[in-house]
Amino acid sequence: MADSKKTFLGTFNNGMIVENPTFTLMLGMCPTLGVTTAAMNGISMGLATTFVLVCSNLFISLLRNIIPDKVRIPSYIIVIASFVTIIDLMMKAFLPDLRAVLGTYIQLIVVNCIIFARAESFAAKNPPMLSVADGLGMGLGFTCSITLLSCVRELFGSGSIFGLQMMPEGYQPMAIMNQVPGGFITLGLLMILVNFIKQRVAAKQALRKEGIA
Amino acid sequence: MNTFLTILIGQILVNNYVMCQFFGICPFLGVSKKVDTAIGMGLAVTFVITLASFITWLVQYFLLVPLNLEYLQTIAFILVIAVLVQVVENALKKLSYSLYQALGVYLPLITTNCVVLAVAINNITDGYNLLESTFCGCCSALGFTLALVMLAGIRERMELSNMPKWMHGFPGALIMSGLMAVSFMGFGGLI
Amino acid sequence: MQKNLIITTSPHLRDRATTASIMRDVCIALAPAGIAGIVFFGARAAVLIALSVITCVLAEFLYQKLTGQKVTVGDWSAVVTGLLLAYNMPTTVPWWMAVVGGVIAILLVKQLFGGIGSNFMNPALTARAVLFVSWGGVMGAYPITRFMEDTASGATPLALLAAKETVGDVQLWDLFIGNCAGVIGETCKAALLLGGIYLLVRKVIDWRIPCGMIGIVFICYLIYGGFNLALKEILSGALMLGAIFMATDYATSPQTNLGRIIMGVGCGLIVFVIRAFANYPEGTSFAILFMNVMTPLIDRYTVPKYFGEVKKNG
Repeated sequence: MADSKKTFLGTFNNGMIVENPTFTLMLGMCPTLGVTTAAMNGISMGLATTFVLVCSNLFISLLRNIIPDKVRIPSYIIVIASFVTIIDLMMKAFLPDLRAVLGTYIQLIVVNCIIFARAESFAAKNPPMLSVADGLGMGLGFTCSITLLSCVRELFGSGSIFGLQMMPEGYQPMAIMNQVPGGFITLGLLMILVNFIKQRVAAKQALRKEGIA
Repeated sequence: MNTFLTILIGQILVNNYVMCQFFGICPFLGVSKKVDTAIGMGLAVTFVITLASFITWLVQYFLLVPLNLEYLQTIAFILVIAVLVQVVENALKKLSYSLYQALGVYLPLITTNCVVLAVAINNITDGYNLLESTFCGCCSALGFTLALVMLAGIRERMELSNMPKWMHGFPGALIMSGLMAVSFMGFGGLI
Repeated sequence: MQKNLIITTSPHLRDRATTASIMRDVCIALAPAGIAGIVFFGARAAVLIALSVITCVLAEFLYQKLTGQKVTVGDWSAVVTGLLLAYNMPTTVPWWMAVVGGVIAILLVKQLFGGIGSNFMNPALTARAVLFVSWGGVMGAYPITRFMEDTASGATPLALLAAKETVGDVQLWDLFIGNCAGVIGETCKAALLLGGIYLLVRKVIDWRIPCGMIGIVFICYLIYGGFNLALKEILSGALMLGAIFMATDYATSPQTNLGRIIMGVGCGLIVFVIRAFANYPEGTSFAILFMNVMTPLIDRYTVPKYFGEVKKNG
């Protein structure tokens, strides 16, 4: 396991599944809950975050030997904030409707702790290629989790997924799923489910190991 | 005067940043295991947000607007907040060591507390004046503190209950927060 | 650790041995209001009550079976939850709402946190609030009773009281006896008071919470709109039902006497504020839920200190 972490694919896999930012590290909760009322919003938010994460990881990794340790936090913040501003302005120009829905949350990517945490704990210590892999893995892992969450919320809250009607005709949408309580509770329940599956998988692997031994 | 009452009730109950708008969830879940630490964190946040609202307003209207640099808002604000947190930390260390010991551990965490940035940005979006912005910042922070301490109270109590094992930690905290948020919904439309 | 222990005076309400008898008393006290509801709203009220109770009991039974716990359905607490949930619904809701509500109440609010005594919010009320927020159109439309004229429309007393011109349309006697639009269990104040007195006499509930709650609402409206309005307000809506049966829930209300007064007064104030100024016409359930959430804090700061105990942090 320790070896596989050092390769491009291994790092990617680590971010995507093993240390999934939402379900394992519990990072970046605000956008996770705030924008996930519709699957479309979830996936866009995830991709925007991935973009910032990959770029900031790359730059911070490139600059890791230049930035003095004492001012590293302000420096990271400037790097991250620049990319957030770039994506914010691009969305305002090309996708104004989506930008209006996601609102302040786009600007707030800057304080998304996933990005900060990865800059501090990974990009600052690893070469550029690996950092990009980490950013990509973490970003896509984040995207997958919030898309999953938003699919569940959209299914019950509006009866559809990606705008396609899923529930039978007579279904009356459960409005609370689109509101704050629905977000918290759905994420909590999903997390219980994920933990449960993880335990199952771990138990199976342990069994297999015993079998080999 | 009426504006201030509206802001007070609005920020604490109706549009509580945590319970009604999903901001500041990370510290909300992370620092709510004990009531005492929750109060400490709440005080530190209140202090920083109030100051940050004041300063970011000045930055916006005396620096960014005259120079036509509004698009740099995010960068400018986050820098102000990061510097502010650093200054507050150093100042506390020099001026009141006991207060520093009480709040010190929470201060670095505040930089990445999105409530701070969200309040600063929303103050500008809502077009508040300097006094209103500062007051709004203070009230938002008190709302954050209220939610944080409430959750901490529940979590402390749940330590003693026979909650199933898979509910311990974050899943439980999330579901508790969700149920708490239900109770905040009654205040809808109060202002 | 010492700090975490909740030290209280008797009765030690989290004691399991007495749970069944207490809950049975609550059921008996709730019976008159249910009968009144069936009389006023017809057989459908009975169907909803039965459905809600069965769902709650079944959900608790199945959950405890599946997770391999001791089945505690015999303690009557699920029955109380089912009754209260049904009492908080209008008869016009579709049947599946009672089922969804029952499942939410028992599984999400109660069992996930460890079952009876461990829930921090009232299960029936939370479920009702979730349904209300989700399907406000159905949950918030109250039918008229069988003895009212059709022309009287479905306006609840609270809606009538909210506008100055229509305050006179509300008759005190109708309010007291229950001949007014509302949810199943809230309309007949006479039956609710009867149940309340029974519970007080049996020492199942403490007078501080209901009296504090109703008293504060009365005082606030006395100042806000005069005696006539105040009297009508306390006899309207779910205030009585909430104050007597739901705010007094052991697991979710403070354990100290001072705490109970704080709870009652807090609930009353929020009810007044929501009724008078907020979106929703009725605030009883949200007020009680909010104070439920505050309960651990109230307990924490009102627990009496030992004689001679020294405060640690000064």
